[in-house]
Amino acid sequence: MAKANVYVTLKPALLDAQGKVVQGALENLGFTNVQSVRIGKFIEIELSDEDDNLEQAVDEMCRKLLANPNTETYRFEIHRS
Amino acid sequence: MTMKFGVIQFPGSNCDQDAYFAVRDILKQPVEYIWHQSASVDGFDCIILPGGFSYGDYLRTGAIAKFSPVMSAVREFADNGGLVIGICNGFQILCEAGLLPGALIPNIGLRFICRYVSVRVENSTSNFTNLCRKGQVLRIPIAHHGGNYYCDPETLAALEDNDRVLLRYCDENGDITDEANPNGSLNNIAGILNERGNVAGMMPHPERAVESMLGSEDGLYILKSIVERLV
Repeated sequence: MAKANVYVTLKPALLDAQGKVVQGALENLGFTNVQSVRIGKFIEIELSDEDDNLEQAVDEMCRKLLANPNTETYRFEIHRS
Repeated sequence: MTMKFGVIQFPGSNCDQDAYFAVRDILKQPVEYIWHQSASVDGFDCIILPGGFSYGDYLRTGAIAKFSPVMSAVREFADNGGLVIGICNGFQILCEAGLLPGALIPNIGLRFICRYVSVRVENSTSNFTNLCRKGQVLRIPIAHHGGNYYCDPETLAALEDNDRVLLRYCDENGDITDEANPNGSLNNIAGILNERGNVAGMMPHPERAVESMLGSEDGLYILKSIVERLV
């Protein structure tokens, strides 16, 4: 078994309205040192590890579906057990 | 002469019947539903991708619907010059599918907004707006959570420089203001065209403004423009 952890985040150029609201809430809670909050997506994918080119496959998943290249960037790590 | 419309039904489409009604009962044109599993859109003159929440908006709006079998047929239809209009969720799907540039992200206020808005016609010669005057203000309702149009600066310049912005959110006098922008869209964009001019996307719902008893008939300017171009 292998597991891919995929992180999808909004490009820096986009205003993250959710992040702004959460930042305000954290500040209201007294966390005065909060500089910025950006909210993204975390996707866990379990894979059979027969394919030794998992990196390429997961990258293709990100490009085709998991992230929108217009608005998002992605990164991932693969853990083989 | 008539033109045949097709209204695509994705799982979660919910404005398909409104679009069907507007074409059949108001435009008096032949219309058929097209199931999303269909591999062909042959025989149609214009394809409507209606509003709704295809696939529950899972992952991103339109992200799953773009892989429906019918979308390959829609792409081929558009490549051959066929007219395609995506309304609300249909606009989101066309962007995800790459038939229109950019993306629609959650409204800046993070709220679902359902109300009439004013939009100004920026291009009055397109397949979708040829019965409008340039600068004409239309009252058409919006109903969306993710209508905030975004694209990179190069794409925005290409849209603006080539008359590919069809509609912009405006106030009742036709002025383009921040206050009149309901969702944070770049340059108040409410609707755009592809490069060739045969694919359009718009967040407002013209099919919901086709009879005075609905509050406005301004949606007919859009829908009748399509018929005008093809018949």
